[in-house]
Amino acid sequence: MRSLFRKILTTGRVAQPAPARASDQAADPGVLRGSVQIRHVDAGSCNGCELEIASAFGPVYDAERYGARLVASPRHADVLLVTGPVTRNMEDPLRKAFEATPAPKRVVAVGDCAHNCGVFAGGYGVVGTVGDIVPVDVEIRGCPPEPDVIVAALRDLTGR
Amino acid sequence: MTPGAMAGVLLQVVLLIAVAPYVVGVMRQVRARLEGRAGAGIGQPWRDLRKQLAKEAISPEGSSWVFTAAPVVLLASTLVIAAVGPFISTASPLDRVADLFAVVALLLLGTVALALAGLDTGTAFGGMGASREITVAALAEPTILLVGFALSARVDSSNLAAIVDRIQDNPAQVLSPASVLAAVALAVVVVAEAGRLPVDNPSTHLELTMIHEAMVLEYSGRDLATIELAAALRLTVLLGLWANLFLPWGVATSASPSALGIGAAVFVGKVAILAVALATAEVFMAKLRLFRVPELLAGSFLFGVLAVSSSFFLA
Repeated sequence: MRSLFRKILTTGRVAQPAPARASDQAADPGVLRGSVQIRHVDAGSCNGCELEIASAFGPVYDAERYGARLVASPRHADVLLVTGPVTRNMEDPLRKAFEATPAPKRVVAVGDCAHNCGVFAGGYGVVGTVGDIVPVDVEIRGCPPEPDVIVAALRDLTGR
Repeated sequence: MTPGAMAGVLLQVVLLIAVAPYVVGVMRQVRARLEGRAGAGIGQPWRDLRKQLAKEAISPEGSSWVFTAAPVVLLASTLVIAAVGPFISTASPLDRVADLFAVVALLLLGTVALALAGLDTGTAFGGMGASREITVAALAEPTILLVGFALSARVDSSNLAAIVDRIQDNPAQVLSPASVLAAVALAVVVVAEAGRLPVDNPSTHLELTMIHEAMVLEYSGRDLATIELAAALRLTVLLGLWANLFLPWGVATSASPSALGIGAAVFVGKVAILAVALATAEVFMAKLRLFRVPELLAGSFLFGVLAVSSSFFLA
């Protein structure tokens, strides 16, 4: 316990200073202003995007300071963060998760695979892109997208 | 009931509702800072509530009125405690309702309503959360009752305001063995009832480790906002009760505006200090394995037994 206490004192704040927001504002966040709860749905990703999402919510990028928070249930969520090409076994769960989310809701497709199936395009287990199954509001490109790109997209949603 | 006294009750309820989400916000912020993060700010729970109230509430397929009623019962039972308890004043006109056993029963009513709602959803996690919550509640209730006996034995009344008044008159009693033992016992129970570490982790995403969260997985929108406000209010009420039973200074003994003002300010200060202390302690703790939780609660029961015996034999 003493070593943990010393670590807290010596480490201090590791969160990077908040970068300035891009001036070309996205659409008005509306109801979601200042508070966005996010349910992450892995529709068949290679886990590259998951690593980047985990570090976007880690201490260094700290997406939570902009009002975004990961939650455990789509019923609690405002935003579905979908990664990967949609595989056959995840097509139905993804649709159900979308239906379980209370309106108003947004779908954020993370990574190139969610956009065009990436290297998995044409695979026998792949049904299609995220946009083929549920309506996508925001796309975050990259393979995998860097944490600050994910954080910037989430800040457009919370408006903070 | 005089207008002044009614204003006191109203002030207490409004103050508790306004402060409760900030208590959760302060605890999250303290944790964020100790983890090296910047944190979302202490107002974040209020922003979450405002947004959830504007969203649609979905009832899962096959759920009954039990599911719809549970958030209301939970919030209402907590609001009754917030109205009658001696939080900012002991001169409340609802004083006679503020019986320690009535307050315990009201807390349990909310717990049971939520547990039934967890079962009503018919999901695996809802039922699992309900069974765990009731297990913890069944082990925590005897300790509360024993602490109640220990505190009420020397006042000859189980009225909360009477207990608070008596300790305010005799400050030396705060350091009496019965009071210290009861404080330790009740602290463990407060942590268990409020669903904090090491009994339950309020920020977990792993369904298998959930207790409170597992029961509310199916709630959304307005219903979720009701439950989150009630949970924050329960935490505030429990912290406030603990503070006023064992450190009762500053609680108003009359219904005059200045006394109520001081009482409100002191209450906010005490709850803030306790919330910061609890959040700091949580950083150093991991969640207990579920089968170790009964051992922790049995330990607090033992403290309760010792508190009762010392209040009889050493008083």
